Amino acid sequence: MKLFLPCDAAALAVGADEVAAAVETELTRRGIAASLVRTGSRGLFELEPLLEIDAGQGRHGFARIAPEDVAAILDCLFEGTAHPSGVGPVDALPFLARQTRLTFARCGITDPQSMDDYKAHGGLKGLEQAIALGSTATVEEVVQSGLRGRGGAGFPAGIKWRTAAGAQAAQKYIVCNADEGDSGTFADRMVMEGDPFMLIEGMAIAGLAVGAAYGYIYIRSEYPHAIRAMRRAVETARMHGLLGRLLGSEHEFEMEVRVGAGAYVCGEETSLLESLEGERGEVRAKPPLPALEGLFGQPTIINNVLTLAAVPFILTEGAKAYADYGMGRSRGTMPIQLAGNIKNGGLFETAFGITLGDLVNDIGGGTLSGRPVRAVQVGGPLGAYFPPSMFHLPFDYEAFAAADGLIGHAGVVVFDDSVDMARQARFAMEFCAAESCGKCTPCRIGSIRGVEMLDRVRAGDDVAANLALIEELCETMKFGSLCALGGFTPYPVLSALTHFPEDFAPKPVERAA
Amino acid sequence: MDAERLDQIIARHVSRRGALLPLLHDVQAEFGHVPRAAVPPIAEALNLSRAEVHGVVTFYHDFKDAPATRPVVKLCRAEACQARGVDRTAPVLEGDERIEVETVYCLGLCASGPAAMIGDRVFARLDEAGARRLADRAAA
Repeated sequence: MKLFLPCDAAALAVGADEVAAAVETELTRRGIAASLVRTGSRGLFELEPLLEIDAGQGRHGFARIAPEDVAAILDCLFEGTAHPSGVGPVDALPFLARQTRLTFARCGITDPQSMDDYKAHGGLKGLEQAIALGSTATVEEVVQSGLRGRGGAGFPAGIKWRTAAGAQAAQKYIVCNADEGDSGTFADRMVMEGDPFMLIEGMAIAGLAVGAAYGYIYIRSEYPHAIRAMRRAVETARMHGLLGRLLGSEHEFEMEVRVGAGAYVCGEETSLLESLEGERGEVRAKPPLPALEGLFGQPTIINNVLTLAAVPFILTEGAKAYADYGMGRSRGTMPIQLAGNIKNGGLFETAFGITLGDLVNDIGGGTLSGRPVRAVQVGGPLGAYFPPSMFHLPFDYEAFAAADGLIGHAGVVVFDDSVDMARQARFAMEFCAAESCGKCTPCRIGSIRGVEMLDRVRAGDDVAANLALIEELCETMKFGSLCALGGFTPYPVLSALTHFPEDFAPKPVERAA
Repeated sequence: MDAERLDQIIARHVSRRGALLPLLHDVQAEFGHVPRAAVPPIAEALNLSRAEVHGVVTFYHDFKDAPATRPVVKLCRAEACQARGVDRTAPVLEGDERIEVETVYCLGLCASGPAAMIGDRVFARLDEAGARRLADRAAA
C-alpha cells in the first residue's frame, strides 16, 4: 500500500501537514508497513487536502479531509466500504481527465525531491537530447516548437534564445523569472514545489543552447515553500549531474536561487535584473535587449518558469509534438489557472483555443457562491475584465489582444454579481500606485491621479467630465509608460468602463441624500 | 543592534555578485528590521554610497525600518481573494488589537482564498470564523 499527500502550499494552507502526521501515527499504531509520499498538488484545490491511497487498484482519492478522518478512512479501506470523503480513482476526475498535461505531467504524481522518481517518469531525457543535438540544433528545436514566453508578453522564446546564442561574450546568463506576482496565478509556484527538477533541466538546456554557464532563479519572497523546494532540488541536481558538468558531457551549468523582497514590479524583466544586481527594482529602457545586454551587462536569457519548464518536453518529444497542440500562433499548451469565486478552481493545462466560457462554466463549474458570474479578469492585475457576453473568446494571444485584453500569465479570476466594477477599476489604479517603481511619470503620477478621479466618479462628482479625463489618462499611461505596469493598468480600468458602464453612472438617489 | 552579528552577515555575502538583497534579507531576519545604523557598514563593505543602500532598503516592501511590536499577519487583498470575500475577513483581523495586519498582494493561493501568512506558514479558506481562529493562533 502506498499513500500520497501533497506538500504544495495550497494543501499546507488547509492542514495537509496535520493530516500527514495523523497518517503516520495511524500507520504506526496499526503496524502497517506503508509509505507516505509527499507530492506536489494535482491542482484541484477545492479537494485539498487530498489524500490518495493505492492499495493495488490505482490511486483513489479522499478529499478535504481532517486529521480525525484518517482512522475512519483506513477502517473503510480494510473493510472494503466507502468513506464519505472518497472521490474514487483520481485520474478519472473530470477536471483532471480533460486536461492535456505536458508541463504538469508529473506534478501531483511524483515525489518532487526524488531524482529516481523524476527519471522514472521521463526526467532528464530532454537534457540528454540537447546534449546529443548540440547548441544550435537545440535552439532551432525551441524555435520550431513555437513556444512563446509564458510570463505574459508572449514573445517567441526561440527567437530570444537565437539572439543570445549569437551574441559574443565571455559570460552569459540564464535567468528564470519566478516572481509570480499576478493575483490569480500559482502555476509557477506549483512547478517549483511539485516538479523542481523539470525547471532546473529547462534552465540547463537553455544554458547549453545559448552558451551560458550560470543561472539565477529569482523567486518572490511570498513563496517560502517554493524557495525551500528549489534550494533543496538544486543541491540534489548537483549530486546527479543535472548541474555542474551536465550528465558528464563537456557542457557546464551552475545556478543559484535568489529571493525577491516584495516588489511586484520586479516581475518585469529589466526590473528583475536590476534587483538581481542589488539595485532598486527600477525598470530599464529597452533597447538594449537583455538577450544582448542583460544581467551585469552580459547577454541574458530571461524566461518565465513555465517557459523554461516546457523546454524538457519539447526536447524529449520533439518540436512538432509540442507545436501540434494549439491554434494560430499560440502553439502548445497553457497551464491556465482558474481562481477567485469559482467552484472548481485550480490548475488546468490544456491546448490553446479553449473558450473562456468553457473554462469558467464547464470546467470551473461557475461561481463558488452559486450566484451568477458577472466579470472575469484574465491575465492578472493588468488584465482586462470581461463579461459573460464575451465567453466565446478562445484562449489565444491574438484573440485576447483583439478584444482589448491579454492572456498574461493565464490567470482567470472569476467574480459574481456582487462585484462593484468601479471599485475594481479604482483598485487597478491603487495597485499600480502602490507598486510603481517610480521611474516614469505616467505610471508614478498617473496612477495616483487615476485613483482620485475614480473616487470622484464613485462619489457621483462631475461623472462625465471625470470619465473623459480617465480615458485620456489611460491613453497616456498606455503609450507613455516604460513597462507593462503603467502600460497595462489601463486594461482593467477601460474594460470595466466599456463592459460595465452602469457601475460608473451617477447615483442620483445617493447624491440627493 | 549587535554589531558583531552584522559583521558576520556582511562577511557571508560581501564577495557575491549582486550581494545587497541577500544581505538585507539576512539583516531583516536577524534584527526584525533593517536598523539605520546598519546602513553605513553595509555601504562601506559593498563599496556603495549610504544613499544607494538607503534607496534599496526603502524600495522593497520586505525591509522594515522598525521591528514589529505585535505578531504580524500578512493578509492577501488582491483580486482573487477579493472575489472570495476577503472584505468580510479583513475587519475581523484588523479589529484585533493583539495582532498587526499587513496587506500583501497575492500568496499564490488564489483558488483557496481568502489567504494569509504568519511567518512562513500559510492559511487559506479564511471566512470570518477562520479569521478569528487565525488571530487567536497568531496572538498565542
